[in-house]
Amino acid sequence: MNRAVITGLGVAAPNGLGVDAYWSATLAGVSGIGRITRFDPSGYPAVLAGEVPGFDPAAHLGPRLLPQTDHMTRLALVASDAALADAAVVPQRLHEYAMGVVTASSSGGFEFGQRELEKLWSGGPQQVSAYQSYAWFYAVNTGQISIRHGMRGPSGVVVADQAGGLEAVAHARRRIRRNTRLVLTGGVDGSICPWGWVAQLAGGRLSGRDDPGTAYLPFDARACGHVPGEGGAILVAEDLDCARERGARQVYAEIAGYASTFDPAPATGRGPALRRAVQLALADAGLRPADIDVVFADAAGVPALDRSEADAISAVFGPGAVPVTAPKTMTGRLYSGGAPLCP
Amino acid sequence: MRRRVVITGIGTIAPGGLGTKAFWELLTSGRTATRRISFFDPSPFRSQVAAECDFDPDREGLTPQEIRRMDRAAQFAVVCAREALSDAGLGPHELRPPRTSVVIGSAVGATTSLEREYVVVSDGGRLERVSHEYAVPHLYGYLVPSSFATEVAWAVGAEGPTTVVSTGCTSGLDAIGYATDLIREGSADTAVAGATDAPISPITVACFDAIRATTPRNDDPEHASRPFDRSRNGFALGEGAAVLVLEEAERARRRGAHAYAEIAGFASRCNAFHMTGLKPDGREMAEAIRAALDEARLDGTDIDYINAHGSGTKQNDRHETAAFKRSLGPHAYRTPVSSIKSMIGHSLGAIGSIEVAACALAIEHRVLPPTANLHNPDPECDLDYVPLVAREQRTSAVLCVGSGFGGFQSAMVLARPDRRAA
Repeated sequence: MNRAVITGLGVAAPNGLGVDAYWSATLAGVSGIGRITRFDPSGYPAVLAGEVPGFDPAAHLGPRLLPQTDHMTRLALVASDAALADAAVVPQRLHEYAMGVVTASSSGGFEFGQRELEKLWSGGPQQVSAYQSYAWFYAVNTGQISIRHGMRGPSGVVVADQAGGLEAVAHARRRIRRNTRLVLTGGVDGSICPWGWVAQLAGGRLSGRDDPGTAYLPFDARACGHVPGEGGAILVAEDLDCARERGARQVYAEIAGYASTFDPAPATGRGPALRRAVQLALADAGLRPADIDVVFADAAGVPALDRSEADAISAVFGPGAVPVTAPKTMTGRLYSGGAPLCP
Repeated sequence: MRRRVVITGIGTIAPGGLGTKAFWELLTSGRTATRRISFFDPSPFRSQVAAECDFDPDREGLTPQEIRRMDRAAQFAVVCAREALSDAGLGPHELRPPRTSVVIGSAVGATTSLEREYVVVSDGGRLERVSHEYAVPHLYGYLVPSSFATEVAWAVGAEGPTTVVSTGCTSGLDAIGYATDLIREGSADTAVAGATDAPISPITVACFDAIRATTPRNDDPEHASRPFDRSRNGFALGEGAAVLVLEEAERARRRGAHAYAEIAGFASRCNAFHMTGLKPDGREMAEAIRAALDEARLDGTDIDYINAHGSGTKQNDRHETAAFKRSLGPHAYRTPVSSIKSMIGHSLGAIGSIEVAACALAIEHRVLPPTANLHNPDPECDLDYVPLVAREQRTSAVLCVGSGFGGFQSAMVLARPDRRAA
């Protein structure tokens, strides 16, 4: 079976735009969480978010793309450019059907959508942009990335909230195993606009604290919810042999094992399914728990969910037997963008 | 040996009648379910036509809390999933939860509920800083439509891989293709898979108005969806859902399940051309068709029916006619092609799964649904489109295609389940 490896990274994170900025901030413990600047959050019960700093879309994208894209799509396009550059892949040199795009999305281009809803309801149907038909929907990033790089192979879009990024990477591996040579994959999300904010608040899990240092404290006794963010990562996933053949400058990692499970309805009394997912992913990778050197946690920041996650990790690895980390405490939770950021 | 996947249960909600039986009756009668939009006053809009479902969630057995919590599209999916399980002869305790997967497609998720709630929190579009105090607690489930898969998984008791696939108007085909992959690779033995969309709301109608994609044939709504006809002028927006029970073939055989059809091959490609535009040559769709045939280990000449995307836009119908010729060669001229969108409109992501259901029923009942409203074919659309009247014909292998915004082109091959094991 073809082995899927990661050969390029493109990052747009609240604590750093670009892989180097993100990674050095993460190692230094520098957080990108702060008071929202994309709109005035005063009066809302949560005011903190992770926003990508120093992003100038016009510096990266042409005048044709700007009016038809939401903020999060612009971030995704820039991350996809960066990932290909990092992998030193020139798409024009590969066969068009040998390259695909699989991304995850949670809420699409919600900020764009709010603007168009406002035009419709305050001005009438004639005010609605022609771009609304695709700028907001969940498939927009995959579509725009495939157009930008001429990738005509098997592609896809999954929506699975915070798990979406992992689903996308797993689906990319599936495509590579079935002979797609290269897949741009990952997720970039963000709905930091008043309408997106109100919808996120309705989920009931946002931290109401206004101190960036203590607002999002997963696994801490003071945990009181999370801080959301925007951004994520796009990865170049490649067939290992193809990567070697073209002399890829680096192979960061192999996508070695994956599994997904679903928690039963609370009323059934059946326990949560995370432990089984971890065990199945290990089995898929052909590894034992002792082979795992670090766990990047989901880190909900909600005490009951944190305990449940800690229980699942302890049940598989033994109590305190593996380091568990959550660098998303420095970016906020990025929905489908979160998991692909874990390096 | 390769694991094969068969369809053993079908649940459908489509305009013109709820449930799979009513759906098939409508398709074979050649009647249309398009009408003047009744969900809101359509008079300010360019296109005032849609194919609406007369769906009463209460009568369909949903509880008051489920009705409050779920977007209409999620309601469709749950009702369809229950019908599909029952059709497959599977009781609630006959599924092994860890080995059961749920994959639901949707192009636009909970857009109708989102718009309804937006109007409240923005006080009719007046407030840019919308009010959290007027937001319903279920708004988060509308924001992130993986809630659709959650609802279906809860309803059927699945604990295997569960996700939503959202590739625009190919979501339905792609969700079934995704679930087929999960069973083939061994991640699940059973999958409850399909797609749902309930997009008939002002913002959706307005955005298709803006690009003139939908039909303005407002004075004749019953005949507004006219795929392949010279007078076609856009698609008729629709809504609905279909959810299938997919099973590993050997497991289905052991329990004595009835198999409608095998999902023999699936492939998707992107045109990497334009978010909404299509090149007339049908090149990428043809490539998807060839790849799906390869996976099915079939030849183009084995195909004896094509369920077309057939949306009824000027560009689509020429695009896919070219794709059929490019992929099947002269055999395209001998192969009946039809578009059920002529009768039930275009329900965006949902329609692909509804069309797969129609293909399975066509194989089962040996009848091809017609293309309604096709009186004067476009000279550039010169295949056999089964005009107006259903046709009795036995089929062994059928092709179902979809094309969507974002450039997605998908193709699925379904085969009569008793064909020789490849």
